[in-house]
Amino acid sequence: MGKDTKLILDPLADNNPITIQVLGICSALAITAELEASIVMSISVLFVLGVGNVVISLMRNIIPSKIRIIVQLIVVATLVIIVDLVLKAFAYELSKTLSVFVGLIITNCIIMGRFEAFALGNGPWRSFLDGIGNSLGYAVILIIVGFFRELLGSGTLLGIKILGDPVAKTGLYAFGYENNGFMLLSPMALIVVGIIIWVQRTRNKALIED
Amino acid sequence: MEHIELFFKSIFIDNMVFATFLGMCSYLAVSKKVTTAVGLGAAVIFVLAITVPLNWLLDQYILQPGALSWLGEEYAAYDLSFLSFIMFIATIATMVQLVEIIVEKFSPSLYNSLGIFLPLIAVNCAILGGSLFMQSREIASLGLATTYGIGSGIGWFLAILAIAAIREKIRYSNVPPALRGLGITFIITGLMAIGFMSFGGMLTGGDEEGEALENKNGAQIKTVKDSSTTNEIANNTKVIE
Repeated sequence: MGKDTKLILDPLADNNPITIQVLGICSALAITAELEASIVMSISVLFVLGVGNVVISLMRNIIPSKIRIIVQLIVVATLVIIVDLVLKAFAYELSKTLSVFVGLIITNCIIMGRFEAFALGNGPWRSFLDGIGNSLGYAVILIIVGFFRELLGSGTLLGIKILGDPVAKTGLYAFGYENNGFMLLSPMALIVVGIIIWVQRTRNKALIED
Repeated sequence: MEHIELFFKSIFIDNMVFATFLGMCSYLAVSKKVTTAVGLGAAVIFVLAITVPLNWLLDQYILQPGALSWLGEEYAAYDLSFLSFIMFIATIATMVQLVEIIVEKFSPSLYNSLGIFLPLIAVNCAILGGSLFMQSREIASLGLATTYGIGSGIGWFLAILAIAAIREKIRYSNVPPALRGLGITFIITGLMAIGFMSFGGMLTGGDEEGEALENKNGAQIKTVKDSSTTNEIANNTKVIE
């Protein structure tokens, strides 16, 4: 496996930003009640981290290390304002659902974490790949959590009724199936991520802590 | 009355960690020992109490549509609200640096206990989240913004204190190997969040007076869709009754 492929593939599983590096949990949990919101959030992070990593990597030799946090924050904030304005223009309803969590991409630890750990010490192309890889790893978890929460909580995926109509009692509902409204509440996101971590570490014993 | 209501609401019902998942990264990373958790929690209360009112002033007099009208008639049409992210984060980063310098100068002992955590706080999403929620819920006055900042800080402090205490105890329990560390912390936090949801009944109280209060409250502080767990719980209690 080439070095560059490794940069993209590693964060997808064995070095996943959410389940292993413990970065970027805040937004990952709050907006996953619907699959659509998870996907839009993943795309926003992909854009911000991909472009941000390249920008920081290009500037890495001229940023004085004392003020680097502020420089990084300004770069991220500018990119996030672009994402926010685009969302407001093209997907207004969705930007209402995401509300403050678009703004919170600024302080998403994935972004700062990757800037500090990778972009400040590597060239633009490798930083770009690292950004893409890590945001895909983030996207994988968001989409898994969003998938289960929307499917079990409201019986739909991307707003399409998968399990039948709960009012007209068709599909699964004809056999007495009920939606688990609890999945839509915020605590279940934590428990679903907990279970993902459990499954992942059972499959790969090397990841188990102490 | 308004202040007390907002204070308890921001501690228990809209708890930063359990209702909106803000500041989860440092919450998970720094909760291995109670003493460090107390240090970080105190620093968060401190910084929130300063930055939320400051950003409220910024929002009110510079960023909102028409906020610049105090400069003169010709500025009344300006709308700078798209700049709020960059202004808020710059204020927070500057304030954190300033607080760090002041504390170092005047109280070295406090600096030693908070010192290492202060720079971390600039990138804690609880701080920026406090300011952004303050903006989106349209908090009405400077006093209320301060109350909101302090209340949210105390809520975060309580959460990190509780999880640190549980994690210290859980070291002696026989957790399945694959769940040790991060996994079990997630699940405990989930269970704690379910517990905290029961505080949702605190403001409604279940009786008509309480519901009237909740309605009034809902009109005052416009809650956005995903943070409206309070209203969801209120609806659930009505259904059960």
